[in-house]
Amino acid sequence: MMEAATQEKITSVINEKFEGEIIEAGMVKDFFTLIVKKEKIVDIIRHLYNHSETKFQYLTTMFAVHYPDQNQIAMVYQLHNLATNQRVRLKIFLPADNPTTPTLTTVFSAANWMEREAYDFYGVISEGHPNLKRILNVEDMLIFPMRKEYPLEDQTREDKNDLMFGR
Amino acid sequence: MEASADIAPKVVKDEKQYSYLNLGPTHPATHGIFQNVLKMDGEVIVDSTPTIGYIHRAFEKLAEHRPYNQITPITDRMNYCSSPINNIGWHMTVEKLLGVEIPKRVQYLRVIVMELARITDHLVCNAVIGVDTGALTGFVYLFQQRELVYEIYEEICGARLTTNMGRIGGFERDFSPKAWEKINRFLHEFSVVLKEFENLLNRNRIFMDRTIGCGGISAERALNYSFSGVNLRAAGVDYDVRAMNPYSSYEDFDFIIPVGTNGDVYDRFMVRQEEMWQSLSIIKQAMQKLPEGPFHAKVPEFYLPPKQEVYNNMEALIYHFKIVMGETDVPKGEVYHCVEGGNGELGFYLISDGGRQPFRLHLRRPCFIYYQAYSEMIKGSMLSDAILTMSSMNVIAGELDA
Repeated sequence: MMEAATQEKITSVINEKFEGEIIEAGMVKDFFTLIVKKEKIVDIIRHLYNHSETKFQYLTTMFAVHYPDQNQIAMVYQLHNLATNQRVRLKIFLPADNPTTPTLTTVFSAANWMEREAYDFYGVISEGHPNLKRILNVEDMLIFPMRKEYPLEDQTREDKNDLMFGR
Repeated sequence: MEASADIAPKVVKDEKQYSYLNLGPTHPATHGIFQNVLKMDGEVIVDSTPTIGYIHRAFEKLAEHRPYNQITPITDRMNYCSSPINNIGWHMTVEKLLGVEIPKRVQYLRVIVMELARITDHLVCNAVIGVDTGALTGFVYLFQQRELVYEIYEEICGARLTTNMGRIGGFERDFSPKAWEKINRFLHEFSVVLKEFENLLNRNRIFMDRTIGCGGISAERALNYSFSGVNLRAAGVDYDVRAMNPYSSYEDFDFIIPVGTNGDVYDRFMVRQEEMWQSLSIIKQAMQKLPEGPFHAKVPEFYLPPKQEVYNNMEALIYHFKIVMGETDVPKGEVYHCVEGGNGELGFYLISDGGRQPFRLHLRRPCFIYYQAYSEMIKGSMLSDAILTMSSMNVIAGELDA
């Protein structure tokens, strides 16, 4: 559980340079979560990385979530300060029709494959990424399979005809 | 006719001839399905392009279409060298979402199983480092010991490799006397074999010459690449989830987190070696302090009732039906839980919308994150060093490709 003072500190560090970027801040279960505006996400993360009071210099994970009802795709970033053992989660929401975000590879090398994964499965385009192409799926795939509109089985396949299995 | 044209020196284009070598996807030396297209200057690697995804099985998508208890077998197939850690990590994630209090005995039993799994994971990796440097003997000895651990798994859950161990809330049954007997036998035999293995390799001149300074990475680069687990600790950063965010009562045990300095193959080997000793010590402590009590928490919605009750008791029958048919609703919520897996921080990010299946399950697979540094690590090294580097990083194809 993160103390209120630490939460206050993180929000004030962001606010001192990026006033008005935070949409919502609070605890989600045991994790301090900030929902921020999408435009300056990388600058905010870089600021948290460099600032002497936060020093979030470890990218735990980063991935996308599709919310079909809101027609949005969320990008979730989890940062960790290994010295003080504080963790923070940042979230941005992108329109599902054109999810574009600046690349985080300029701050973390680890973001490279994570962004490729987000592109592969959700179609999130990271602008400025050195090599943005599919990573786990075949390159000639036409869809972004983790989006909610695609069912588990690939409905576009025509080479299988086993009606018993609901295709 | 002008003579000067002949006298003028010819401009020779000095372009190096590089050759391209396709390492993998199914090469016996890569221990899994990895493809790397290497750009070679003689035997020195100039550049490499990794391709992954050959055994992608869409775990995250599958998980969105399955009830919670049926996701456990998916987690088995990630890091199959230490499946129980994955299973228990997943159970703990769901328990965190449900807010269930887990009995102390379950937590200790879990620690025992997870440390056994860590030993098998590390011993496979270290034995394979031995094989890749040309020392097959240690491999054969250690694999006999892995067999003993698999027999313990068999006694606990009935399976060996893909264990599907435990349930949400605890274990399906208490450890039998036979299981304890096997654990004791393993603790006794393994420390002898591990000592012998160390005598074979730790101060072996050939092994040291081969591995020291090979495939190294600095702590800064390792952190920037979000390394975790042994690979990060070998580079000199003492980050271990068991100590930083203790789960399942790890705070009750006394253990050391070994760190290396250079982050090279030898350091990784030595860190794993020491961790196996620490795991043995944790298991012994857990067995000494093991409290009495139930072997599962009270979560009837997730815990199959005893069969004799199902036939006589209405409530038990309902729960049995709901579990088997996957009709248990789970409260809304969003949790992240991480455990120290065999090769790093294994994280589960679970979003539930109150339905019977997860709305989204993201798996933080340590391999996937640190394998991207492989290209950088092997640049400028020999081909044989590249193979050694890969085996020492403990990259598991199942976890890499999800």
